[in-house]
Amino acid sequence: MTDTAMKPHALSIENLSLEFPTYGGAVKALDGVTIQVGNAEIVGLVGESGCGKSVSTMAATRLLPEGRYRITQGSIRLFGRDPTVMSDEELQQVRGKLVSTIFQEPMNALNPTIRIGKQLVGVIRRHEAISRRAAETVASNILSDMLIPQPSRIMQAYPFELSGGMRQRVLIAMAFSCNPGLIIADEPTTALDVTVQAAILRLIQGRARRTGTSVVFISHNIAVVSQICDRLYIMYAGRIVESGPTRAVLDTPQHPYTRALLRCLPERVQPKAQLESIPGTVPNLIDPPAGCFYRPRCQEADERCYAKPQSTTLAGGQAVACWQRLKSQTPVSSEA
Amino acid sequence: MTIARIIVPRFILLFFVVFGVAIITFTISHLIPGDPARMIAGDRASAETLENVRRDLGLDRPVTDQFVIYVRNLVHGDLGTSLRTRRPVASDIATFLPATLELGCISLVLAVLIGIPLGVFSAIYKDGPIDQIARTISVCGISMPVFWFGMVVILLFYAKLQILPGSGRLAMQFASPQRVTGFFLIDTLLEGRFDAFLSAVRHLILPTFVLAFANLGVITRQIRASMLDVLQEDYIRTARASGLRRRAIIFNHALRNALIPSITLLGLAMGDLLYGAVLTETIFAWPGMGTYVVTSIQTLDFPAIMGFTVVASIGYVLINLLIDLAYMLADPQIREVG
Repeated sequence: MTDTAMKPHALSIENLSLEFPTYGGAVKALDGVTIQVGNAEIVGLVGESGCGKSVSTMAATRLLPEGRYRITQGSIRLFGRDPTVMSDEELQQVRGKLVSTIFQEPMNALNPTIRIGKQLVGVIRRHEAISRRAAETVASNILSDMLIPQPSRIMQAYPFELSGGMRQRVLIAMAFSCNPGLIIADEPTTALDVTVQAAILRLIQGRARRTGTSVVFISHNIAVVSQICDRLYIMYAGRIVESGPTRAVLDTPQHPYTRALLRCLPERVQPKAQLESIPGTVPNLIDPPAGCFYRPRCQEADERCYAKPQSTTLAGGQAVACWQRLKSQTPVSSEA
Repeated sequence: MTIARIIVPRFILLFFVVFGVAIITFTISHLIPGDPARMIAGDRASAETLENVRRDLGLDRPVTDQFVIYVRNLVHGDLGTSLRTRRPVASDIATFLPATLELGCISLVLAVLIGIPLGVFSAIYKDGPIDQIARTISVCGISMPVFWFGMVVILLFYAKLQILPGSGRLAMQFASPQRVTGFFLIDTLLEGRFDAFLSAVRHLILPTFVLAFANLGVITRQIRASMLDVLQEDYIRTARASGLRRRAIIFNHALRNALIPSITLLGLAMGDLLYGAVLTETIFAWPGMGTYVVTSIQTLDFPAIMGFTVVASIGYVLINLLIDLAYMLADPQIREVG
C-alpha cells in the first residue's frame, strides 16, 4: 500500500448502511460498514452467515435485487466510480471487465445447457473486441493457467461432466478472463472437499499476485482466509468489529468476537481438548440490541456496551470497535 | 447411436400399444349394446335381411375368429370397412386426417409462437401490467371450455360482424383442391389458385384460434413459472456478474433452460389437440377426424371407431417419440449420457 496512494482504491466502501424493507420492518443488513481494498491487495471478509459479507460486495456490484433494498447512508466507489448511479449499460461493462465475482456454488453457477467453452467465450467477447477463434485461445490459455488438464477437451464439455473442483476452476478462469482489476471471491471453496480447497485458494492467490489483481475474499472460516489475505475485516451483524493486517489480527485479536472465532477453530485447539462454540445466536437485524451488537453473547460485556462502540485504530494498523479495548490499549486515532 | 437408443424402444413399444389397443377396442365394441346389422338394415328389415347383413359383415362367426381376422387385416393396414360410408376405414381416415392435422399443427404453432414470448415477458415484468394481462389471458384460455368459446367466437365474428366464415374449410364456390398433402393451404397454392388459398386461410382463422387458445394459456403459464425459477438460478447470477447483456441472459441463458420442463407440456398439448379437435371440428363443421369419429359413434360404426382409436394411439406413441427427441435436443445431460 505504498505506491498506490495516488490511484483510487479498487474498492472503497465508506460508512455504508443498507437495509431491506420487509413487512416485518426494515432489516438493517449493514450498519456503517467501511472497507478499503487497495490495488493488488488481497483482503479477507470474515463473519458468520448473514452478517453482511456478501451484501457489502453485492451492493458494490449492484447484484442485489433492484428495488428491494435501500442505502441509508455512506458511499461506494469502484476504482473511483460510484456504482449506485451507473446506467445498466455502464454496469454491464464494469461487471466482468473491471470487477468479477466468483460465487460459492460451483454446482449451479455454470449454465447446464451451454458448453464450457461457449460460456467462457461469451464473457470474453462481451468485453474484448476479438474474434471467436482468438477468444477461444484466450479461454484455453486461462484454463490451463488454472491447472485444468486438456483445456480444449474441457471447453467441449458441459458443466455436469465436470467435478465440483473443476467447475470452480472454470468459474475462477471466467472471473479472471478479462483481466479485471478486482475479483470478489464469495466463499469460493466452501462447497468443495477440503483436499481441493487449498489448491483453489493458491490458484486465486497466484493469479492475482501475478496480474496485480485486487481480491476481496469472503469466508466464514477465518483459517481459510488467513492463508492468502494481506488484511482481514471481521464482520458481525452488519458491522465491522475488527480489521487489520492478517498476522496482527490472528496473533493479537482485539475484539472478543474475533477471539471467540479463533477459539472455534479445530486447528488451533490442543488434541482431545474441548472445541468451543459461541453461545447465543446472531441478533435479529430488524430490531437489533442497543449498543454493541455482540453484547448479548459477550462474556466481557459491561454497562458501557449499551452504547455503540466507535472503531478505534491501534498501533500496527489494527482497528477495533469494542469498549473493553479502549482502556487496555492506547488508541492512535478515533474515527467518528 | 443415442438416437437409435431412443427410437428403437419406442417402435417396439408401438407394436405392443397397438396390439393392446386393438384388443381393448375390439372387446368394448362387442360388449356395448347395439346391433350394427340392425343399424344398417334399418328398423323394419326382415329377419332374413338382417341375417344376410350379418353374414356380409362376418358378424355370424365366432368372436375369436373375428378378432384374428381383424388383427390380420390390421397388420396389412386394413382397418376394415366403415358400416356407414361403405368405404375402407383407412381411406376414410386418409381423407379426414389431413384436415385435422392442418387445424392442429397451425393452432399448435400459434399457441407456441404467442405463448412462449408471452410467458417470457410475463416473467421478466412480474407483477407489472404485461404480467397481469398475460395471466388474465392464460386463465381465460385454461378455464373457458372450447365448445363455449367456439360458439361465442362464431356468434361474434360470423353472425354479428360477418367478417369471417364460421364453418367448413373453403367457401362454397371453390372446389376442393386435388389431394397432394391434404393441407388445403399447400394444395391450393400448388394448383396456383390464390383466391382459394385466401378462402382456406379465412376458414382456418376462427377454429385454429379457438383450438390454440386453451394451449396458449397452458404454455404461457408454464413458461412464466419456469422462467421465474430459472431467473433465480446461480448461473443467471454468474451471467449478470460477468456483465452479459440483459437480452442475452434472458434468451440465451434463461429461456434455453426454461424450455426443458415445457417440453412435456408440449407433448400433452399435442395430445389435447386430438380431443380438442373433436369439439372444435363439431362446432365449426370442420370435415376432419373429430367430425368423422363423432358421426361414427352416433351411428355405431364400430370399424370406424376402432380405426380411429388405433390411429390415435399410434399418434400418441409418435408424439411421445417426438418429445423424447426434443428432450435430447434441449438437454445435453440426456443427449451426452443417454
